[in-house]
This record gives sequence, C-alpha cells and structure tokens, in this order.
Amino acid sequence: MSENPAIVFEGVSRHFGEVKAVDNVSMEVRDGEFFSMLGPSGSGKTTCLRLVAGFEQLTAGRILLYGQDVSALPPYERPVNTVFQDYALFPHMTVGENIAYGLMIKRIAASERRQRVEEMLDLVRLPGLAERKPSQLSGGQRQRIALARALVNHPKVLLLDEPLGALDLKLRQQMQIELKSIHQRVGVTFIFVTHDQEEALTMSDRIAVFNSGKIEQIGTPAELYEHPGSVFVAGFVGVSNFVDDTVAHAIMGDATSDEPVTFTIRPEKIQILDPGSPVGDGMYSADGHISEVIYLGINTRYIVSLDLGGELTVVEQNLNSTSMSALAARGKPVRLVWKREHNRTIKLDH
Amino acid sequence: MQKTEIPMRPTATQSSLWRSVSNYLYYRPRLVLVLLLGPPLLFMLVVYVGSLGSLLVNSFFYLDGFTGKIVRHFTLQTYAELFVPSNLDIFKRTIAMAIAVTVADALIAFPLAHYMAKYASPRRKSLIYLAVLIPLWSSYLVRVYAWRLILAKEGILTWFIGKVGLLGALEWILSLPGIGGTSLGLSPIGMFIAFTYVWLPFMIIPIQTALERVPRSLEEASADLGAKPFQTFRNVILPLSFPGVVAGSIFTFSLTLGDFVVPLSLGNSKLFIGMAVLSHQGTSGNIPLAAAFTMGPVVIMIIYLLIARRTGAFDAL
Amino acid sequence: MPSRATSPGRKAPLPLTVTAVAALLFLNIPVLIIFLYAFTTDESTYTFPPPGLTTRWVSVAFGRSDMLEALWLSLGVALLATLVALVLGTLAAAAVYRTEFFGREAISFLLLLPLALPGIATGIALRSTIATLNIPFSYWTIVLGHATFCVVVVYNNVVARFRRTSGSIIEASMDLGADSWQTFRYVVLPSIATALLAGGMLAFALSFDEIIVTTFTAGQQETLPIWIFSQLARPRQRPVTNVVAMLVFLLTLIPIYFAQKLTTQAADTEGQQNA
Repeated sequence: MSENPAIVFEGVSRHFGEVKAVDNVSMEVRDGEFFSMLGPSGSGKTTCLRLVAGFEQLTAGRILLYGQDVSALPPYERPVNTVFQDYALFPHMTVGENIAYGLMIKRIAASERRQRVEEMLDLVRLPGLAERKPSQLSGGQRQRIALARALVNHPKVLLLDEPLGALDLKLRQQMQIELKSIHQRVGVTFIFVTHDQEEALTMSDRIAVFNSGKIEQIGTPAELYEHPGSVFVAGFVGVSNFVDDTVAHAIMGDATSDEPVTFTIRPEKIQILDPGSPVGDGMYSADGHISEVIYLGINTRYIVSLDLGGELTVVEQNLNSTSMSALAARGKPVRLVWKREHNRTIKLDH
Repeated sequence: MQKTEIPMRPTATQSSLWRSVSNYLYYRPRLVLVLLLGPPLLFMLVVYVGSLGSLLVNSFFYLDGFTGKIVRHFTLQTYAELFVPSNLDIFKRTIAMAIAVTVADALIAFPLAHYMAKYASPRRKSLIYLAVLIPLWSSYLVRVYAWRLILAKEGILTWFIGKVGLLGALEWILSLPGIGGTSLGLSPIGMFIAFTYVWLPFMIIPIQTALERVPRSLEEASADLGAKPFQTFRNVILPLSFPGVVAGSIFTFSLTLGDFVVPLSLGNSKLFIGMAVLSHQGTSGNIPLAAAFTMGPVVIMIIYLLIARRTGAFDAL
Repeated sequence: MPSRATSPGRKAPLPLTVTAVAALLFLNIPVLIIFLYAFTTDESTYTFPPPGLTTRWVSVAFGRSDMLEALWLSLGVALLATLVALVLGTLAAAAVYRTEFFGREAISFLLLLPLALPGIATGIALRSTIATLNIPFSYWTIVLGHATFCVVVVYNNVVARFRRTSGSIIEASMDLGADSWQTFRYVVLPSIATALLAGGMLAFALSFDEIIVTTFTAGQQETLPIWIFSQLARPRQRPVTNVVAMLVFLLTLIPIYFAQKLTTQAADTEGQQNA
C-alpha cells in the first residue's frame, strides 16, 4: 500500500437489479499517476469512473479520496472533475464561459477567472479562442476545451471517459502525446477509461484490465504485456498466440502428459528460420508452412500452419524485405523458434 | 504550474440551505419525482379527469320531464334516448362530416407538406411555415365567419362563379339533398368548406414533421434499387409518413365532432353533436342528455387515440 | 432526428408545386378578405365588390366599451392561464423526461387528452362540476378551463426540447461544482428557454382565441371571442367585427413570428453542435 493513495476502492459494487455492473472491486490509484481502466464495452470500467465522479451510487463498499470517504457525497461536493466522452460543452456559453464555469460557481472574482482561463487556453494550446462558441470549434478543439474546463478547477483527480474516441487516428495519436505531456506538467492524478489497449499501453503508468465487472489484473503496461495473468488479459492486451494441450505439450517437450495446459507467446517474439535450422539452447521450436501473409508497411504478419496442428501468428519488422518478397513467402515451409523465457504458461479461465 | 490545495468542501459563500436541500434530494430520485410530478398531476387529475368522471356519472342519471329535476339514480334511460332516430341522425351527420373533412384536409395538406419537407430551401420553408401558421392565429371565429362572407349570395364566390358563367352548376349543387341548401353560406357543403379550411394547418404540420423525418438516404436507396419516383413515393415515403397523417387526423376528426360554431354560423337548422350538447345543457338544463351526447365523441376519440398510438402517430405530434 | 432531407433549389415536379401553392392561397386569401371587409362602407351585407371603402370602423371599434372590456378580459385570462401552464407544464416535462417510472406512458397519454378530446367535452364536464360544487362562474373558472389545454401545449414543447438536449451537460455542470439549483439556473433553463417561450406564446394564442370551452366556463363575462360571436348575429356595424379580427391578427402575429424564429434558431445551433 502506498502512502496517501489518491483513490481507494474497498469492495465496491454497483448493481442494477440483477445486473452486476461492478462486482466487488478493490483497487488503489496512486497519487499523481496516470492510471487507465481498460476493458471491452460493459466491463464496468466506465461505471467505476462514474462512481468516483459521483454520478452513480454505490450498492456496496466504499470509495476513499485521499483518505476521505466520498461515497455519499454528490458530484458537486467532490474535488474531482470529469472530461466527458461527448465533451458536454454548454452550447449557450462561450468557450471562456465554459472554462470558467466551475470558477464562477465558486464565486471567484471575474478578473481572476479571466486570468486562469487564459492560462488554461495556453496549456491546451488554443490561445485566443475564449469568445468563440463551441459550435464553431472542431472536434479536437472541443476536446481540449473540455479538458481545460476540468483542469482549471485544480481537481485532486481528473477523470477522463474515453475522451479520444471520436477523433480520427492521427488526431488521436497527437492528443495522446499532448495529454501525457499535460499530465506531467500539471502533476494531477489522471484516471483514464478506454477500450483501446494500444492507447492504454501508450499513456499509462499503470493499467487495470476489467472484465464483466471485475478487475482481471492491475499492472504497468510492461507487466501486463509480458506477464499476462489470464487468457483474457493475454488476449485483450496486445495480440497473442494461444497454444493448447497436445500441441503445447509437444512443443514444450513432454508429449506424454495429458494435463490441459495453455501457453501464450507474443507474435513479435517468434523468429522465422529455414526448415532444418539448428534450434539453440533455451529455445522452443515448431515446424510448419506459411499459409497467409499480411503486409502492413512497418511490419509483416505471417500466419503459419504448424505441422503439429494449429496456427501461430508471427510479426516481423520489415527491415530488409519489400512487399513483393514478403508476399512471395506464401506457402514456404519454415521453422519457428523463440526463447523459452518468452513463453508464458497461463491458468485457464473457467 | 503547481497543484493548488483546495478545501474538500467549498466554502459556504452560497446559501447552505439550498445546498443541503440539493444534497438531500440528490440521492432520492423518487422524492424528486413526486415533487415534480405532483402539482401538474394533481391539477390534471382533479380538474380535468375529475370533471370528465363526473360527466360520465351524470350521463347515467336522467332528467325527469315533469319536475324538471335531475334524478340521481343509475339508469340507462338517457343513453336509450340517444338511439331515437332523430338523435342517431345527429351522430351520423356529424361523423360523416368529420370523415369527409379529414379526408379532404389530408389530400390538400399532403402536397404542401411534401413540398415543405423535401423541396423548399430553409428560407422558403420558414416563409411557408409562417404562411401556414398565421391564418391559425387570426381569430378562429372570424375565419369561420369569413366563409359566411365569401359564400353569401351577394358575396365574392357567387360573384366569381357568375363571372365564369357557372351559376347553373351552382344551382344544381345546391339542389342536391344532404349537401345543398338554400344558399352556399347556409348549407352542409358550405360547412364542409369551412371545416376543411379552419383545420387545415393542424393537418399540415404533423405531416410535414413526419415527412422531414424520412431520411433522404431511404429515397436514394429505393431509386438505386430501380423504383420510379411514384413507386418510391407509394412504397417508401407514404407508409413512413402515414403516422403524421394519422396525427393530423386526430385533430381534424376531434375538432369537427365537437364543434358548434361552424354549424351555428353556416348550417341549416339540422343539428350537429356540438349544437345538441349546447342546447340540451342550456335552456332545458338536461345535463344527463348533454352528457350522454358528449360521451359519444369522447368514446370515439379515445378509441381513435388508442389505435393511433399503435401506428406511431404520437411521435409525430 | 430530423435529417437534412432538403436540398435548396432542388426542383419540385410541377403538379406538386401547383397544388402546394393552391393550398397556400386557399389558406391565406380568406384572411385577406376579412381585412378587405373591415373597410367596406356597407355595414349590413357582404356584397362583393364592396360599394365603397372607409376607415371609420376602426374608430367605431375602439369606441365600443364592451369590445374593450372583452379584450381586457381575454388578455388577463390568457396571461394567467399561460403562467400556470408554464409552471405545471415544465414540471411535468421534467418528471417525464428524467425518470422511467411506472405509469409514465399513462401520464403522457393523459397529457394529450385536453387537446385530443373535443372541446365540448372539457367544457361541459367543467361546467357541470363547477355548478355541482356551487362555485360561481367567473374569471377564475375561465382560467381553469384554459389552463387544462395550455398545460398540454407547454408540456409538449418542453418535453420535445428536453429530448434534444444531451443529458451529459447536466452531469458536467454538477461535476464542476454546481448543485441542482445552480445547474437548473445556469444550464437547464437557458437550454429550454426557447421552448418555454414558444410554448408560452402558443398557449397564449390558443387561450386568447378559444371559444368552445369558454362558452361553458364563463358566467356573464365576455372574452373577446364570445363578444365576437355575439356580434356576428347582429345586422348592424358588421365591419366592426372585421376590424377587431384585424386587431387580434396583429396582436398574435408578433409573438408567433418570434416564437417561430426562436425554435428554428435553436434547431439550427443544435444541428451545428451535432455536426
């Protein structure tokens, strides 16, 4: 347990009648970190965020904010602010009035409000837009104004509900970098909800992976990627290969065993060699032939049908090859090798 | 930029009484619902539904012809009176008129609504909208009476018909039983024209709204699949905008069923439901009969509404 | 959500344009004829063409104290009925929009009846109840009758607007520190303001022009429509009625124009917002 964590969930549940949107979740968010909640739709991540904000009421458990129990406080009494998925800018107010809204409610003097609004607009790199109306802004601009509106109140925790979902790819990638940079400058704890695992891996200090109302695993991006604790995490975070039972046993060298087992190996950890190549110490190998080639510019994805049965996906950086040579590989017999330490045997989910 | 420490609770510069009430209500949505819904519901239930209820009750009483007093015992006698041929005629007459007016209004309104929804530029549409709404907001009574003016023997329409030499045709129409009368201004056909006129905007607006909601992409898809414009209209646009027609018809039907102004201004002395109600509750004080008469249109409209709900007309309102 | 199904300048087929124009003419020419007859010198018949034109009926109309009293009463009734309708209608709209509750469908249906059921039903129902309770017919009973359908009109307008506002701005307001009252004042009210205005003006116009229910709920009082109705049977000074009609027309024209502008303006900004 870290001293003075920003948010603590103690056995939090949120039920809607029969449906357990959040089921006995306990977790900690550390002071100042960029914490992501990742999972598919309906996994409970957004509900957890809304529980912190105060828009949903707990069915069970407690939520602590820097040690104080906020479970019963309405949202306007909590020193947290939210960036909404649809930005929720007030259409009848100017950009400046939007940003200053929280300050206006707290009766902060107009001169100070103006100054802080300007500071915020500089922070999100949209100086001089204070007099515009939200309808005159682009999606990316609105997103930044929503961020400014939340941050100007110096919240203890900033909640972001899939804020980049509506942006196109390039803009999204740009915003990811900017958000990270703002986080570092401002130093506030960020809690970020997303279903995009690449986004979570890019930006987060730590990630909580949600599934059906529960947390499957919490860890740093590297931990989750390299040491997934379950099939779900391995499959959800990054692309993964799963090899079961007989084939698995054959590869691992104990073909006599009957036990059900699954291991996972990341596609980029596998090397493609010619058939018959020597297999080094500490490596696993499997023979097969290339059944599918997908050229992706940066890298090429090969789908290899194993002689033992099943398939493995291999991703290779296009260091030397061109699309033509890659595509010509279709049908070629190959030997796949990878280091044993990259192999992860995982517990099966029941 | 440093993190500024802000206190956990906002300093109470705003009224803490309002805050406390807000906090109390925030997690009690049911209480809020009661507070919000209470006053209007109370008003409507007591004033409106209550009165309708007492009207229904009244229709089961009857007026003693000798004493002139209302006898407050449950009886179906008053309803039985409705089935007297002369009263049945009143119902038939009114319902026939309501149907005719509804059909006429639908036919006239649809092209205009179609034009507004699909072909008019936004500016033109606003102008047309105004041109539709403005007659609505001039006095209803006077608009009815305008037709008395127009249809009068010495009025503009007869003058015009005379000018184009169709007086003979007019005489012939007026001689037809059931539609004609002594003059245009005092005949069922005159009433028909007036009814159609006054309720027309009520038909135009829902149809226009419903047509607007038919996405252009559906029409394009239909054309893409080989349908000619008329087929697209018949198979795509018409069915999808039908709820709008039904919504409009609720008004034209209901308003015609209960009206007494048009029959009084432009009718021959044949009674319509509205006039019957007015006269029975007036001088003779026969509230039970007036109530029974009123229950007719009420029941008809409630059934109509329930059917209309199924067609989705309510979304077009 | 209404789609941008119109394209400016798209040509309509000729028969459609002709029937559309004919309908518009049908709607508006009688109104013009009313105005024409306000100036005729012939005071007792409807001869066309009018024998002469004069403006003296205007001063006659304003000299009629019974007309002015009726005008005053109509304004008073419409104002109070609209006020009541604004409050009750908004409360009901908020309740129906916010929460799913048992009987919600029934309430929506109930709030449709005053407009959908014939006016005589409302009229005679109220009359017999008021008479049974021995309450005298007065200004207040007239207002009561008008309030029933005015509430419906406001309710419809406000509910439609609520449905078009995004719910997240209310959460955003609370998130930023505003409690329920502040949120209502700074966020909710501005967003439904135009609907309130439009609904209010609609209610006002309906009340001002109403005759059927009023006939049953008024005692000796004459609202303007009742006055007009009583005049129509008189053979003298007929053009005066037409002058009053013109007055009513002008009085209701201005608010309707603005109500229309407000609702289309609001719809446009929303369209941009969602674009």
